Amino acid sequence: MTKLKKFASLMALGACFVTTQGYAAGGGGSHMKPAGIDPDNVASLQRGARNFMNYCSGCHSAQYVRYNTIGKTLNLSEEQLMDNLMFNADKTFETIQTAMPAADGARWYGKTPPDLSLMARARGADYVYNFLKGFYVSEASPTGVDNLVLAGTSMPHVLWELQGYQAVNFDKHENEDGSVTTTFEGFEQLSAGSMDAEEYDDFARDTVNFLAYIAEPIRSERRKLGVWVIMFLIFFFILSTQRKKQIWKDV
Amino acid sequence: MAGNTSEKWQGGLLGWIDARFPLSSMWNDHLAKYYAPKNFNFWYYFGSLALLVLVLQIVTGIWLTMNYKPDAALAFNSVEYIMRDVNWGWLIRYMHSTGASFFFIVVYLHMFRGLMYGSYKKPRELIWIFGMIIYVALMAEAFMGYLLPWGQMSYWGAQVIISLFGAIPVVGDALVEIIRGDYAISDITLNRFFALHVIVLPLALIGLVFVHIVALHEVGSNNPDGIDIKKLKDESGKPLDGIAFHPYHTSKDLVGIIVFLMIFSAVVFFAPDMGGYFLEHANFDPANMTATPEHIAPVWYFTPYYAILRAVPDKLWGFILFVAAVLLPVFLPWLDRSRVRSIRYRGWMYKSALTVFVITFFALLLLGLAPAEGAYVMLARIFSVLYFAFFLLMPFYTAMDKTKPVPDRVVYHD
Repeated sequence: MTKLKKFASLMALGACFVTTQGYAAGGGGSHMKPAGIDPDNVASLQRGARNFMNYCSGCHSAQYVRYNTIGKTLNLSEEQLMDNLMFNADKTFETIQTAMPAADGARWYGKTPPDLSLMARARGADYVYNFLKGFYVSEASPTGVDNLVLAGTSMPHVLWELQGYQAVNFDKHENEDGSVTTTFEGFEQLSAGSMDAEEYDDFARDTVNFLAYIAEPIRSERRKLGVWVIMFLIFFFILSTQRKKQIWKDV
Repeated sequence: MAGNTSEKWQGGLLGWIDARFPLSSMWNDHLAKYYAPKNFNFWYYFGSLALLVLVLQIVTGIWLTMNYKPDAALAFNSVEYIMRDVNWGWLIRYMHSTGASFFFIVVYLHMFRGLMYGSYKKPRELIWIFGMIIYVALMAEAFMGYLLPWGQMSYWGAQVIISLFGAIPVVGDALVEIIRGDYAISDITLNRFFALHVIVLPLALIGLVFVHIVALHEVGSNNPDGIDIKKLKDESGKPLDGIAFHPYHTSKDLVGIIVFLMIFSAVVFFAPDMGGYFLEHANFDPANMTATPEHIAPVWYFTPYYAILRAVPDKLWGFILFVAAVLLPVFLPWLDRSRVRSIRYRGWMYKSALTVFVITFFALLLLGLAPAEGAYVMLARIFSVLYFAFFLLMPFYTAMDKTKPVPDRVVYHD
């Protein structure tokens, strides 16, 4: 038995020695705030879906995501889907396409707005959350705003109505060798939006929650199934150890 | 002929088959009357586990090809199609991607077992060499498979590794073009990698595993004591310390397989990305030949060698040492001058050398994942030297090392 325990722990170790780095993929720095999403919160996902369809889907597609998949996970009936989320689709098996032609997007913004199906998986939920909160007024930018997380972004501050506009404070520190280190000091609210800071955080969190969900719609189902699989294997393990003992009696 | 079969078996279907195909004798030679040492310990699970993972990869791979499209314009989409729209496609894909990493975990532990108990020493040199060829084929198989999802890391990882061959003088550039089939990694590269990944290399792997096992069954398994169990036999010719592979070792291996499947399932169902190490985050962005990712690192199982490659300032020498690091273990049977096989009866020199080697391997693995900057560069150089020292100094320290007498019969240590 001790050998088996050793076996199990070593295999786990072999598999786990590389798991120290969590979801913090991509850029960002110490100023990144955790998104704090809850993938099992269906109400939050529903609000996120609403936010996505109202504010994101005008420019961004989610080309791998079908409406009926969303409906199943978010407990939405076909009618609810049609009435609340499907602005440019007729059938629930359709995927989320944007009304804006890609070539126009490239001409208007300098870059086609990327598909968002996998954005939360490629960049991490924290990245997207901080991106949504990171727009600040910048005279140098053609859109009037820049972003703390993705400097030089082509995306305008679509959510200005909700968040209002904010300015950024950078501390510019000159090093001995003449180079300049810029550190982020904080944001400063310039004009109020329709939401206060906390409401806007919740708005961003729900939206990111939805984006993380569409990046891997099967996530909660696989976790549920995993529990059964492991339980079955534990049962099978007990049987097989008993069988082994029986067979090895005369060794 | 009929009389012959009734002597062996009581006729029937099996008798009919045995008269035409050596089914019973194969069963006996390789399972029911194949005697393996009875003192196999923890480290002896990984051979059967490697075979299990090979089967898993082949079966899940067949199902993946039913929906995967080896086309630069469609590949990324088809993988997402498998993940979302194909029934149980997500499970098959995660099993395949997790299986790739577990293949290397299992194979590395299997190879480490050989180092500990001197399993490569006479008369098992060929088993070891076949094993090393399997390992190199597996590296090629994993590398080509990683291009298929056509994500950013697929593309740029392949770009970095293939360009290494450009360091070879005179023929380098031509060789790189031959591998890619194009002036850059493109649809053509994807197509040929697909062909190699699903046909050539799996066939080669199956053949190599077959000869690996044939050679093993010819000379018999080593054991944690490194003694020859065939020296002492009972009157019926059965080794005193041997037990039939079936049902003894099969029943034991089954327990190991179930424990393995528990850990494997834990990853598949609860952490298929493994924090970005089994499935890299950047690979969820489709391949884009105009945007180089900030940090390109191969998947973890290649990084020990990648760290050695980057530790050398010269491109050609980096490539030479990279290849040498992969191939040096082939020569272990002749580098090791010790009179005994198992670490149990070796002196302090080999024990320390192996300990340092294990630390070195892990350190290089981690360094290969990190960006090559600052103190990491010097550390990678130090550990690269240690890596080569383990092999190149082996003839000296194994010959000088004091060994203990090896007992006649196997010993149990708990």
